[in-house]
Amino acid sequence: MTIQFNDETFRDDFTFRNSAAAIARFPFPFHEDSYMYSVNLEPHTTLRPGSPFEFAFDVDEHYLAEMKERAQVLADDPLRCQSLPHMTLAGWDLLEYIMEAKARDYPDMFSLSKNGNAWHWVNKPMQIEQKFTFLDESTLPCGPLEYITRQTQGDFALLDQRDDNLWMDAGMITTQADWSLDFDIGMNFFEWHAPVPKAHEMGIFVRALKFLLNLQQGAPTRRLNWTMTVNPLLDTSPENYHKWGPMKTGMTIDTIGQQQHLRVELQTLFRLPRSNAIAFPIRAYLCSFEDLVSVPKWGRRLHRVVRGIPEELATYKGFIANQPLMLEYLSQYDDGAATSDGIFPDD
Amino acid sequence: MSAGTANINVTVAGVTKINDLVTRFKFVRTGGGELPTFSGGAHTVVEMRDGDLTRLNPYSLMSDPANRGAYTISVRRDDQGRGGSLFMHSQVREGMEMVISNPVNLFSLDLRAKKHLMIAGGIGITPFMAQMKQLAATNGLFELHYSVRTASLGTYASELSAQFPSKVHIYHDDLEQRIQLETLLDGQPLGTHLYVCGPKGMIDWVRGQAQKLGWPREAVHYEEFLAPVSGRPFDVRLAASDKTIRVGEHQSLLEAIEAAGVDAPYLCRGGACGQCETKVLEHDGELKHHDHWLSEEEHRSGKVIMPCVSRFEGKTLVLDR
Repeated sequence: MTIQFNDETFRDDFTFRNSAAAIARFPFPFHEDSYMYSVNLEPHTTLRPGSPFEFAFDVDEHYLAEMKERAQVLADDPLRCQSLPHMTLAGWDLLEYIMEAKARDYPDMFSLSKNGNAWHWVNKPMQIEQKFTFLDESTLPCGPLEYITRQTQGDFALLDQRDDNLWMDAGMITTQADWSLDFDIGMNFFEWHAPVPKAHEMGIFVRALKFLLNLQQGAPTRRLNWTMTVNPLLDTSPENYHKWGPMKTGMTIDTIGQQQHLRVELQTLFRLPRSNAIAFPIRAYLCSFEDLVSVPKWGRRLHRVVRGIPEELATYKGFIANQPLMLEYLSQYDDGAATSDGIFPDD
Repeated sequence: MSAGTANINVTVAGVTKINDLVTRFKFVRTGGGELPTFSGGAHTVVEMRDGDLTRLNPYSLMSDPANRGAYTISVRRDDQGRGGSLFMHSQVREGMEMVISNPVNLFSLDLRAKKHLMIAGGIGITPFMAQMKQLAATNGLFELHYSVRTASLGTYASELSAQFPSKVHIYHDDLEQRIQLETLLDGQPLGTHLYVCGPKGMIDWVRGQAQKLGWPREAVHYEEFLAPVSGRPFDVRLAASDKTIRVGEHQSLLEAIEAAGVDAPYLCRGGACGQCETKVLEHDGELKHHDHWLSEEEHRSGKVIMPCVSRFEGKTLVLDR
C-alpha cells in the first residue's frame, strides 16, 4: 500500500501527528490575509495531485486511527449516527457513491465487484471483506449509511430535499465542531444554521440554499470552513463539552505551538441519484500551529487573519479568549513580507 | 451546453412510434458504459442541433431508474410549437449522436409518504412511468389515475394496466369517463402524497380541489413545464457581456443569449426552477412574464426576468448578463 497509516490517538494522550508530507498537503483555508464569510463554493473536481482535492473522498495517513476513534465515539453514544426511515435509500446512494469512488481512486486499497445486486466489497486497510445484496439492508451488519461511514473519514449529513428546502434527516456525526446531530435531526436549512452570526443578515443562507437546491447530479461542489481546536480532538461535540471545553484554558506561550490546532473542514456536496437527496460530507483536518508556521507563507497569513477577524466570529468559533496568546505566538512568524495569492505553499 | 450542467454524449438506440402523436426515443452512452442512475420524476435536457439553431428541450425520463443501460423519453408532437418536438419526430434517427444533460429532478417523490397518489393527463404520464418502477422495486404503495383522450391516444395505458392491474385506473375522455376527484381525494389515508402532471387546466383543477379539501400544501406535488412561447422579435442589451442581441420570433430569450455565445445558467428551461433568473437593469416597455418561479410582486417590480420562457415588448431592455 502506498500510504503508511499512523498509529495515533485523538484523546487522552493525544499522540496524533502530521508527517512532513501531511503538513505539505494540509488544506490551509485562507486564500488571502483576511477572512470573511462568502458563498465560497467551487466545483469538486480534481485539483493538484496529492492534495485533499484530488479525489472525491480523500484517504490519508490518519485513516485507520480516525476509524478507530469513530468506533469508540459510537460505542459511547450510538445517537451520533441516525437515519429517519425515509432516508434509507439515500444511505444506499451514499454507500454506492463512496464504494465506487474509492475502488476507482484507490484500487490498491479498495475493490468493488458487482453481479447485478450481488456486491462484493473489499477494504484492505481495515481488513474488511463483505458480500451483500445492494438495496437489501438485511445483508449488511448495520444500515448502509452507518456501514460505509464506519469506513470513511469525515462526518456525513444526508439532506432530504422537499418543499424548496433541505432537511437534515440522517447523518454520521462524530468529528464535529460543536454541533449535534441528535439536536439538529429533522431541522431545515435555516433552522440548523440559526446559531451562525452575521451570515443571515448578509443573505448568505438564502443564496446558498438556492444554489444547493439546484445542485446537479455529476457536478459536486466543495468549500472550506475552519475553526480552532485545542489539542488534536476530533470529537468536539456539545455532548462532550465538559471534557474538551476546559482544555481551552491553560495554554502558555511555550505550549500553544503544540496544543493549538487549526481545524479545517473540507465540505463537499453531492446530489444523490436514487433518492434526490444531497450528501454533505464534512472532513476535518487538524494541524498544530507549530507545524503550520513551518510553512512561512501560512505563518505570516495565519497571524494576519487571527489579528483581523471580527469579534463576533472569534467568539462564535470559540477562540476569543485565546486570541491574544495566539497573536503573541504567531507574531514571531510574521515579518511583514507580502504573501502570494491562494491557499497553497510557495514552492 | 451551459454553466453548471454536466452533459452526457449519447447515441439514439431506438425510435419507436407509440401512436399518432407520441414517439419514444432510447439513448445509450456513446462508446458504451453505464448511464447515471436517477430518481423517478427526473428529466433530461436534450440538445437539438437543427442547422444554425440549437434547441434545448427538457423531457421526463420514463425508463426504470435502476436500468443504467439506457434512458428512454417520449415526445409528443406539437404542430403549433416552436419546432423542438417536430425536430425530434422528423430528424432524429437511430444511430444519431446527441448530447443530453445529467438527470435533474424537480418532481421528486416524497419518500416519507405512506402512499403515493398519482394523477396524470396525456403526455404527463412519463415521469410517473419511472416513479412507478422505482416504487414497485421498493415495495412502495402507489395508485395511478390516468386521463387520456381516446384509447388509441392513451400512451402506455394498456401497458401500464397490464403491469400494475390493481393500481392503474384509465379514464377515456371520448367515453366521458372522468376522474372522480373529490371522492378520490377525500378517501385517502393520512400520510398520502398527491402528484399531478398534465395540462395546466388539470394541474389547477387538482391543486384547487386538494386545497379545498384541506390537503397540506407540502403533500401536493405538481410538475408543469411551460414551453417558451413565440412572440414578436425584440432587441436586448447584455450589459455584462457588452453585446446587443435580437431575439427571434420562435426563439426564447435564453436561447438568443446562448446563441450569442454568452454562457447563462439554466436547469429546467420551463420557468420552474429559478436557475436562469436574471436582473433587469433598465427597461422601457413591457416585460412579458410567463414563468411560475417569480412572485407576482417580483413580476410587477420589473427588476428580474426568467429568460427561459419570458419575453419583452417595447423600446429598450438591458439585462445584467
